[in-house]
Amino acid sequence: MARALINLPSTARPGEVIEIKTLIQHPMETGFRPGPNGQMLPRDIITRFVCSYDDAEIFVADLHPAIAANPFLTFTTVATASGTLRFTWSGDNGFVQTETRTLTVA
Amino acid sequence: MSETMPFRPSRREAVALGAGAAALLALRPARATPETMRAAIRELVGDAPLREGRMHLDVPPLVENGNSVAVTVTVDSPMTPADHVRRIVLFNEKNPLPQVASFQLGPRAGRAVVATRVRLADTQRVTAIAEMSDGSFRQTGAEVIVTLAACVEG
Amino acid sequence: MKTWALALLVALPAAAGEIAPADRRSGFDFMSRENQAMQQDDGANPGMLWVQDGAALWRDRPAPSAPACAECHGEAAETMRGVAARYPAFDAASGGPVDLAERINICRTERQQASPLPAESQPLLGLTAFVAHQSREQPIAPPEDPRLAPYRARGEALYRQRMGQLDFACAQCHDDNWGKRLAGSVIPQAHPTGYPLYRLEWQGLGSLQRRIRGCLTGVRAEPFPPGAAEYVELELYLMWRARGLPLETPAIRP
Repeated sequence: MARALINLPSTARPGEVIEIKTLIQHPMETGFRPGPNGQMLPRDIITRFVCSYDDAEIFVADLHPAIAANPFLTFTTVATASGTLRFTWSGDNGFVQTETRTLTVA
Repeated sequence: MSETMPFRPSRREAVALGAGAAALLALRPARATPETMRAAIRELVGDAPLREGRMHLDVPPLVENGNSVAVTVTVDSPMTPADHVRRIVLFNEKNPLPQVASFQLGPRAGRAVVATRVRLADTQRVTAIAEMSDGSFRQTGAEVIVTLAACVEG
Repeated sequence: MKTWALALLVALPAAAGEIAPADRRSGFDFMSRENQAMQQDDGANPGMLWVQDGAALWRDRPAPSAPACAECHGEAAETMRGVAARYPAFDAASGGPVDLAERINICRTERQQASPLPAESQPLLGLTAFVAHQSREQPIAPPEDPRLAPYRARGEALYRQRMGQLDFACAQCHDDNWGKRLAGSVIPQAHPTGYPLYRLEWQGLGSLQRRIRGCLTGVRAEPFPPGAAEYVELELYLMWRARGLPLETPAIRP
């Protein structure tokens, strides 16, 4: 499993806009780069990232090879109610990884 | 000193020197151009006009390595159900592909701001398009000078 | 243009000798504001992914019957604090200096009955980064161990020795001409303050040995073979030369 780092506050006030930062370990191999033997390395990238907040999708990113290795994404959401945020990265070669974090809103 | 530069000639210089030019050209993927970028943008927006302003693309004007360039896009929007940003899409004009990333957001974002890190194969213009909830589009762009090119390791 | 820059460098006078303590500056100071920000925010620094790898390896047993690092060393934040600032150190058993990664592998083979982790592998970089991270902001403090002196002296001699087809010594760039530009890049002082570090060029974490191999290739010298004594000797001198500067692991560099 790839290592992922998710940064968001654990608590927020109702209506507060919180910033979420995510990082995941992934080479994002472009498919445009020759390997040591001169042959092109096959593309191996994360193509999609989805963040859900209590099952509603609040942020979706479609990624192309121009996204840097170990993709970093920052976005915001309104803290509406205490609940679970689910983060899913998916991509080439069947790559899927999901992480969850809880947010307390009070 | 850098591992790949400056003692190693760049790909362009190697080609100019004629050193292994055929092999390098064979390996070199097709590149996006300002025209292919414009075509990719038209595919997204159709015939809709692209309005400038009320949107900011924050990217360093000069980067030390094109493998990782911090990009932040901010759109001036109240982000209400009636008036918000639906999508922010990033394009480039000199990587192998013009597409970089597309972000879907909505009123639950609270603010229309996204950040990521991108690869830039060369000095070029980066463009950001915002699709608004009324179906209109805005655009902004920035020039980035890349002092160490990405994608040329080895 | 680069050939021109190179010619200029060759023509520049060799001046200074060792950099005075007050003038010592980490490579961090020569980076762009954006790259400095990437290093300083743990939520944005991709090197922290490897530190997390190392944290898991620190906790986990390599085999069910072998102790985890944590079972002997406890809480790394306490027991490993300052350790990386004192490496390379003298290893009595092997009768020579060892760097932090080699110390970890000695522990693995002797205390954990596990196989050594391959050089530059993700787990070894992760464990080394995790241990070194515990010394972040601690000043580099090379031990005053007289047994290290001859190795450090050899490292200094290597640092001052012209090498490769370009016939350059490390000192010519990093003592005499730091702060100037070689094509688009600023020449840093070559202080190993943040290893293992995340280099944008590598798109991943790498060791000081990997960095030195890159430098050797740069001056068109044949790199020392992997694991050669020269690397640890050079590191001993570089850490001595960087004494007092704070550790930054995991640093970001372009």
